[in-house]
Amino acid sequence: MTVPVSITVNGQRYDREVEPRLLLVHFLREVVGSTGTKVGCDTSQCGACTVLMDGVSLKSCTALAVQADGAEVTTIEGLADGDALHPLQDAFWEKHGLQCGFCTPGMIMASHELLRVTPDPSDAQIRHGLEGNMCRCTGYQNIVRAVRQAAGTTAGQP
Amino acid sequence: MSTRIFGSGIRRREDPRLITGSATYTDDLTLPRMVHAAMLRSPHAHARITAIDTSKAAAAPGVIAVYTHADTEGGLQPAPCAWLLPDSDLKIASYHCLAKDVVRFAGDIVAVVVAESRYQAEDALELIDVGYEPLPAVTDPEAAAAEGAPKLHDEIDGNQAFHWKVAGGDVDAAFAGADVVVKDRIVQQRLIPNAMEPRAALASFVGATGELTVWNTTQNPHIVRFLTSLVLGLSEDKIRVIAPEVGGGFGSKIAAYPADFLTMFCSRKLNRPVKWTETRSENYQSTTHGRDHVQHVELAAKNDGTVLGLRCTVHAGMGAYLSTAAPGIPTILHGLMLSGVYTLPAVHEDVYGVYTNGVPVEAYRGAGRPEATFMLERMMDVLAARLDMDPADVRRKNMIPKFDDGHEVVTTLKYDSGDYPGALDKVLSHADYAGLRAKQKAGPANGTYTGLGLATYVEICGLGPSQVAGAIGFQGGLWESAIVRFHPSGKVHVFIGASPHGQGEETTFAQIVGSELGVDPQDVKVFHGDTDNTPMGWGTYGSRTTAVGGAALALTARKIRDKAKVIAAHLLEAAVEDMDYEDGKFFVKGAPDQSKTIGDIALMANVAWNMPEGVEAGLEASTFYDPPNFTFPFGAHLAVVEVDAETGAVALKRYVALDDCGPQINPVIVEGQVHGGVVQGVGQALWEEAVYDEGGQLVTGSMLDYALPRADLLPDIEVLSTVTPSPHHPLGVKGIGEAGTIASTAAVYNAVMDALRPLGVTSVRMPLTPERVWQAIQDARQAKG
Amino acid sequence: MYAPDFAYYRADSVAEIGRLLRAHPGAKVLAGGHSLIPLLKLRLAAPPALIDIGRVAELKGIAVADGRVRIGALTTHAEIAASSDVARHAPALAAAAGVIGDPAVRNRGTIGGNVAHADPASDLPTVLLALGASFAVATDDGERTIPAGKFFQGMMATALGDHDVVTAIDVPAAPGGQGQAYEKFSHPASRYAVIGVAATVELRGETVGNVAVALGGLVPAAVRTGSVEQALSGRAPSAEAIAGAAAAVSNDLGDDLIGDIYASAEYRRAMAPVCVKRALTAALKQASVADAPAARSPWWKPSWL
Ligand SMILES: Cc1cc2nc3c(=O)[nH]c(=O)nc-3n(C[C@H](O)[C@H](O)[C@H](O)COP(=O)(O)OP(=O)(O)OC[C@H]3O[C@@H](n4cnc5c(N)ncnc54)[C@H](O)[C@@H]3O)c2cc1C
Ligand code: FES
Ligand code: FES
Repeated sequence: MTVPVSITVNGQRYDREVEPRLLLVHFLREVVGSTGTKVGCDTSQCGACTVLMDGVSLKSCTALAVQADGAEVTTIEGLADGDALHPLQDAFWEKHGLQCGFCTPGMIMASHELLRVTPDPSDAQIRHGLEGNMCRCTGYQNIVRAVRQAAGTTAGQP
Repeated sequence: MSTRIFGSGIRRREDPRLITGSATYTDDLTLPRMVHAAMLRSPHAHARITAIDTSKAAAAPGVIAVYTHADTEGGLQPAPCAWLLPDSDLKIASYHCLAKDVVRFAGDIVAVVVAESRYQAEDALELIDVGYEPLPAVTDPEAAAAEGAPKLHDEIDGNQAFHWKVAGGDVDAAFAGADVVVKDRIVQQRLIPNAMEPRAALASFVGATGELTVWNTTQNPHIVRFLTSLVLGLSEDKIRVIAPEVGGGFGSKIAAYPADFLTMFCSRKLNRPVKWTETRSENYQSTTHGRDHVQHVELAAKNDGTVLGLRCTVHAGMGAYLSTAAPGIPTILHGLMLSGVYTLPAVHEDVYGVYTNGVPVEAYRGAGRPEATFMLERMMDVLAARLDMDPADVRRKNMIPKFDDGHEVVTTLKYDSGDYPGALDKVLSHADYAGLRAKQKAGPANGTYTGLGLATYVEICGLGPSQVAGAIGFQGGLWESAIVRFHPSGKVHVFIGASPHGQGEETTFAQIVGSELGVDPQDVKVFHGDTDNTPMGWGTYGSRTTAVGGAALALTARKIRDKAKVIAAHLLEAAVEDMDYEDGKFFVKGAPDQSKTIGDIALMANVAWNMPEGVEAGLEASTFYDPPNFTFPFGAHLAVVEVDAETGAVALKRYVALDDCGPQINPVIVEGQVHGGVVQGVGQALWEEAVYDEGGQLVTGSMLDYALPRADLLPDIEVLSTVTPSPHHPLGVKGIGEAGTIASTAAVYNAVMDALRPLGVTSVRMPLTPERVWQAIQDARQAKG
Repeated sequence: MYAPDFAYYRADSVAEIGRLLRAHPGAKVLAGGHSLIPLLKLRLAAPPALIDIGRVAELKGIAVADGRVRIGALTTHAEIAASSDVARHAPALAAAAGVIGDPAVRNRGTIGGNVAHADPASDLPTVLLALGASFAVATDDGERTIPAGKFFQGMMATALGDHDVVTAIDVPAAPGGQGQAYEKFSHPASRYAVIGVAATVELRGETVGNVAVALGGLVPAAVRTGSVEQALSGRAPSAEAIAGAAAAVSNDLGDDLIGDIYASAEYRRAMAPVCVKRALTAALKQASVADAPAARSPWWKPSWL
């Protein structure tokens, strides 16, 4: 069986027929071709696949594309405003919040969520807010610094 | 300018693509006509294959091909082991890409399916019928070496892959003359590296040209190409291996794997691109693991704390087969480091490499050195406790004094430079160690015990002189290469043989060129990871890329500078001897206004309208740098923990890391490497372990059970440094990639044991989970009565 | 990672859910998907069809009336954790919802799915049991109400029939003078509860009034611990009384303790009194502070992990 879906990804609408079992992350990566969103695990632990659906974070490996029918999805590719980096992207760059970069798209989207819910977080709140995102390279410290820097800007706004 | 570029924490050159989702990792690639492979892996740790029926799978929707071992006969050689450890009776078992008759670990590949989509390939896997006759399995290295253990390979007795020794000084005399001997049995548990990017390969064989292109998640594309030519029987010039963006490795992307070769094999058979990407659970089941030592250690000392000798026996689990570099890890990179930062008069170690029914074990961040450092640093604390001395004092008493041009230790290594007491003292004063100890003396508060843990270390980096590589059985050289090319505009392209994947060399190498030649690092682009357009190199591991590749690059830049000087002299109508250079400008001595910039010269060299006699056009040079010695970074770390005695829960409260990697090209990047390294080592101490059950099933088979460090469980790390240049390196740099990991496991473990000392606990198996700590407290209480 | 194929139907009303469930035998309801999709991906479940109830508006929202908080089955953990109504009237529920998984999980996972899934390592069954919640269920022949005490029947087993759908959860509002707490010993990898203890304690002057304590993670289904409740009720809330009462939990654990490589059954047995003691202490502290505990931030964490 296939099911028609209409999903808007970073402002562009995609009307497609998909198998119900297709995960949202595979819809993004394989149907849309938006490969910035990563897959790091198969048990919903790592957060590499984090995107925003209607402005709220979700792990796109733990959602079916059919569940996103009619929704607006924002991925890492949709965060910058043209050439102007989003404040979170800029802060990750400035604070060396990434090394291999694999966790980074998910980490930035999770940080976006964190600042949406807690615009002026303490370090402890940042660490808790990122508990669902794993990074094997940075030890998290510079990610915390980056989020702290981005806080107070308009980072949590859509 | 040079001083500003070298040593400045500029933003990374690689980040714009990474923070915007524009970077391309292997699994992000799609080629026309591409199809997908999935691997059927053995659910048994050890079993004889009695039958395989692939007919239902072959007929399933979308399936293009299904292959088993019989199909690969003649077309695919076993995956090679490339570190042929000498003087060790090394016995290499064939690692077939598809299991032949017997599977030897849960994860061994039995069949491969190629289908139009990955979902269809996975559906088809379920339709393959395999008959297994289970055999007894063994996963513990000591048990596997014991009499009567299940035998993995018919031709290998006692499951012994090798027996290697290191000896120096008169260890028997040391123990005979000792006032005290302290002992411990240490388990360096099996770890899963967990690079966040799962492994993947995309192979594209074009029958018409006979050429194979492979995109692969590897730390060393040139080695993969080399091994591919052996395994697939294609000549190297027909193979192009590309490591695109690689999402971390930590040793797990050194090996060339059966699944990679199978993907290439399928592409060659089908004459179309085939992609395979492992799932995380598959990664746990098949991508190399790390550590897995059982160590029996004894340390002999005098009553005043002077250490006389170290004796140890190690059983190192190698898994079911020997991975690419595996034999060198628990031996060369481990045993030779046993003197640590100390004046150790005598040492003797026996290392038994043992086949077990587990995933093959390879290098994992630190690779051998954390296992050595832990052993030594743990024994220092045990000795201190026995003599009722402060652990810092015992260390200081035995440390090699400061030296800056070579110090030979009992294992025959010649350390390059170091100031170990200086590092220790700086950490102690920064942390107010005396104050922390005084507070600790006040006793536990609300059942919470505080502990302080030290670990000092020296590590061997910058692997290494090729002659030594040959002598120790590494089947390759260990030099590195660099090409520097100036374009007419003065912009620079750098091509290197190493293959960084997160360590930031696109930036630090641009800084090296920038500081040597006075160009803006933004104008230097570094190419790596493609065997077709970079010079040969041996890869990124062992903290060697900056130490060896960086040296190659610095020397290349200096060659360019020499040539540029000749051209500048010609243009300024001066003698070459009269020319001076500073910050990208060549000028006549004493007349700095008579000058040419490196940009002017790049233009002239490229148009070549007016070149000095006998000087070739172009501004380009290359170097193949073979280091004269290894480099030896060192440091001292301190951990402060709290243990809740009621539950056994451990909280890391503070962590101070001092690392000396020589001059820092980019201190922000250095600090990042330390953070990541420390946290990985903390993970080993507190959370991580790959657990097999009796039958050889991996119980920690996914991220649901294997606990990785998370942001909310960690404090900020306080990072300090000292700078002791390496005397033999053109830039004095030593390497920083593994430093944090090497010290932090021991520091945290020592801290927890320090906290538990008043409770009578002396040893707990890692990771220090609440239950284990709690149980140890109960046991100690019972023993006290 | 790659789920087996299944058919997919979307319901837009409770009535439609029932109709679809009857029409597709073996079908499973899909709410937030945060328990079901992981199972499908690992091919540990293979239902022929999913009925997506995620858009059924009548199942969403939080309302306070008649001394109860009514929470629609599709209300997410994040919404519960952030709700000032829940924080005011059922603070232990807010606390528990706030420590489920991680923020992204809390954004999707629903209270209805959580209780229907009835994983012993879940947080909400424990707390709903202690709070004396009841579940409104739509069945083939109408509505019924199941008290929490009858709902959880074993390891991932509930009183729900094949076509039953949880529509709402009713939680009695905390009476004045009652303190509530949820103490969670998190698994460092999965983040589920190794042990979860929910406690409500009433303080009447210098004595403890009604006490309710429920345990999760220890036995196959969340249970109340009557021994602890009786031991503390009517006593002065001294540290010794709390510790003594907490120790009584051992009487209620039985032989069927959960154990795994991270925390064995013996360890869990030993930790049960510790966790109960901490939950009671925290609940009592709340009770003595004020009759209406303040809302917690969604980042609430237990003190010891
Ligand atoms: C990474 C991760 C971490 C997690 N950590 C925790 C944790 O720490 N604590 C915790 O408690 N939980 C945890 N969870 C589980 C999470 O809370 C789930 O969201 C929840 O258990 C199920 O809710 P759901 O809405 O996602 O249900 P679904 O997955 O959609 O459904 C779960 C089951 O319930 C059935 N069902 C759903 N809704 C109803 C209904 N209204 N009526 C009848 N049956 C229904 C479904 O058919 C299915 O069988 C975690 C999940 C993940 C992925
Ligand atoms: S891929 Fe790991 S959480 Fe989604
Ligand atoms: S930067 Fe490599 S995993 Fe986070």
